[in-house]
Amino acid sequence: MNAEVAIIKTAAETALAQAFSQARGRLPGDGAIAARRAAAFDVFAKTGLPHRRIEDWKYTDLRALMREAKPLAAPPDAAAKARAKTAGALLGDVETRRLVFVDGAFVAELSDVAALEPGLSVGSLAEALSNGDPTLTAHLGKLAPASDAAVALNTALMGDGAVIRIAARSTIERPIHLLFVASAKPAATFVRSLVVVEEGARAMLIESHEGPAGSDYQVNAALEIFVGDEAHVDHVKIIGEGSDALHVSTLAAAIGARARFNAFTFTAGGAVVRNQLFLKFDGEDTVAGIRGATLIKGRQHADTTLVADHAARGCQSREMFKTVLDGEAHGVFQGRIIVRPHAQKTDAKMMTRALLLSERAEADNKPELEIFADDVQCGHGATAGALDDDLKFYLMARGIPQPEAEALLIRAFVGEAIDGIEHAGLREALMDAVAAWLEAR
Amino acid sequence: MPLLEIKNLHVEIDGKEILKGLDLTVNAGEVHAIMGPNGSGKSTLAYVLAGKADYTPTAGEVRFDGKNIFDMAPDERAAAGLFLAFQYPLEIPGVATMTFLRTALNAQRKKRGQAELSTPEFLKKVREVSGKLDIEQEMLRRAVNVGFSGGEKKRNEILQMTLLEPRLAVLDETDSGLDIDALRIVSEGVNRLRSKERAFVVITHYQRLLDYIVPDVVHVLSKGRVVKTGGKDLALELEARGYAEYQEEVPA
Repeated sequence: MNAEVAIIKTAAETALAQAFSQARGRLPGDGAIAARRAAAFDVFAKTGLPHRRIEDWKYTDLRALMREAKPLAAPPDAAAKARAKTAGALLGDVETRRLVFVDGAFVAELSDVAALEPGLSVGSLAEALSNGDPTLTAHLGKLAPASDAAVALNTALMGDGAVIRIAARSTIERPIHLLFVASAKPAATFVRSLVVVEEGARAMLIESHEGPAGSDYQVNAALEIFVGDEAHVDHVKIIGEGSDALHVSTLAAAIGARARFNAFTFTAGGAVVRNQLFLKFDGEDTVAGIRGATLIKGRQHADTTLVADHAARGCQSREMFKTVLDGEAHGVFQGRIIVRPHAQKTDAKMMTRALLLSERAEADNKPELEIFADDVQCGHGATAGALDDDLKFYLMARGIPQPEAEALLIRAFVGEAIDGIEHAGLREALMDAVAAWLEAR
Repeated sequence: MPLLEIKNLHVEIDGKEILKGLDLTVNAGEVHAIMGPNGSGKSTLAYVLAGKADYTPTAGEVRFDGKNIFDMAPDERAAAGLFLAFQYPLEIPGVATMTFLRTALNAQRKKRGQAELSTPEFLKKVREVSGKLDIEQEMLRRAVNVGFSGGEKKRNEILQMTLLEPRLAVLDETDSGLDIDALRIVSEGVNRLRSKERAFVVITHYQRLLDYIVPDVVHVLSKGRVVKTGGKDLALELEARGYAEYQEEVPA
């Protein structure tokens, strides 16, 4: 302990160490899990909160942005659960199977766990940890990079989350919605979920995060997805946190052969957001679409950091990220495509575009290709700029007032990314969310 | 009162004077052709009427229906009944043609205090007009002008004009890039709209278009001014003799 204290410096780091030492005895899991937690906390303690001199966190200096660490959230009371009933409104009338987490804890009475489709099993992480669920112990922590500070903290402090298994060749028609709601208390939650989709199975997973405006709560969420051979998985994450929230989330996926995998992140909420995606193409001939749309304003900061690791031959990935920035917002996109020596015939194309609606907004783009195979097609492109004046004039010359003309062009801009979502209802719900954002501009 | 009255209009782009004292009066019911060599200021006139930024009027006035148009934003001019058919219609990826048409039509109606069209009313109207202009329904399902040929873009401009029913339509080289069949379709589209209440300013380099859209008045524009005005025969004269003599007339 003394060694840790000597290295940990900031108030937030000290508070995290205290939170861990106080909570470690009551966090779920047996001795083996407790040992994993301790090892993970050691990883964090050695480096502390990531800062701008850590290359992967260059534009999101968490040491500066996270002035304090909030206490771990207490189990939600009746009032918090009651308020959570209205959550998830952004999805409109998209039919989903909801698994609701309030302040990071699974709430069975708000969730829809009855009449599960054949092949689907769902449960809470806290329960699975306590019961020593073999699926969990076999898979947990295999995909999320242990050296990443956010992942390390998550592993050390994970309280609850979802554990989902989809048996081979089953098709789950109804999207599964992991709905994370923060209550009014400014607390910290560490949620960890695990999804195992076995070979040939098909499912759609929606993960949404929301909470009240004006509360500076903190969320650290991590999700690991195993996509089996020939499986088809769609993942959509909606970051709709309250205006003062700090949100760090990680998606780590390993994708088997001849699979289809689509991931989409929609970011509109939160004061500071870091969205990390670590995707590994483990089997050949898989097709993936990795997309995102971010709309931020005021002094919001949103960072999307993607690593797409092609470790098998013949995979195709398309990455497209669109960011709209107003006010003094700061958008970051870091995208790295790795093609391993044996991953011949890889076809990867990454495009990132930022649309600046204000002269004070800032967009940082850092695309990287690391290619170690010689027979590949890879490329990336990045643009940042304002709305096209000529297009705006054309629309206005037809009688469309300036705000509406801008709204049409902005919708078209993010629409190109949202169009990649296969679920029509969800596409509509997200376009409605874009329209609502534009209304509030 | 004339529908459009331009007096001594001077316009600069990037500090360079392009229009140098242009006068033009257009009454309702009339079709005026504006002809002239390249660089005479024809497109500048079109853009300044529609309200394009960076086209800065430095002197003179333009009244549309008695109102000073320089007090009006481009969308306000459009809602007041001014329409510009662009020489180079823009492609707008991601904006569906039908959404664009409907947003434009309803925005204008709203500004004029008229009720918005219902979806069936709107669809019926578009179907009628597009049929006459030989525009496939499939084209309307695409994004605005994206993947359209040059001729399709021009027909799309006429479609917009027909739906928006302006009081004054300015056609900026609508004939450029059109083959003879497309030229006929576009011209018929314009002629169908001719009426006592509506006026047209047809900007063209060639006389050919004026065989189809027969003007009441022809103006020759050179070096930023109207240097000659006459009847429709003036166009034939220009076709035969070229613009050389007009370029000589006005000292630079």
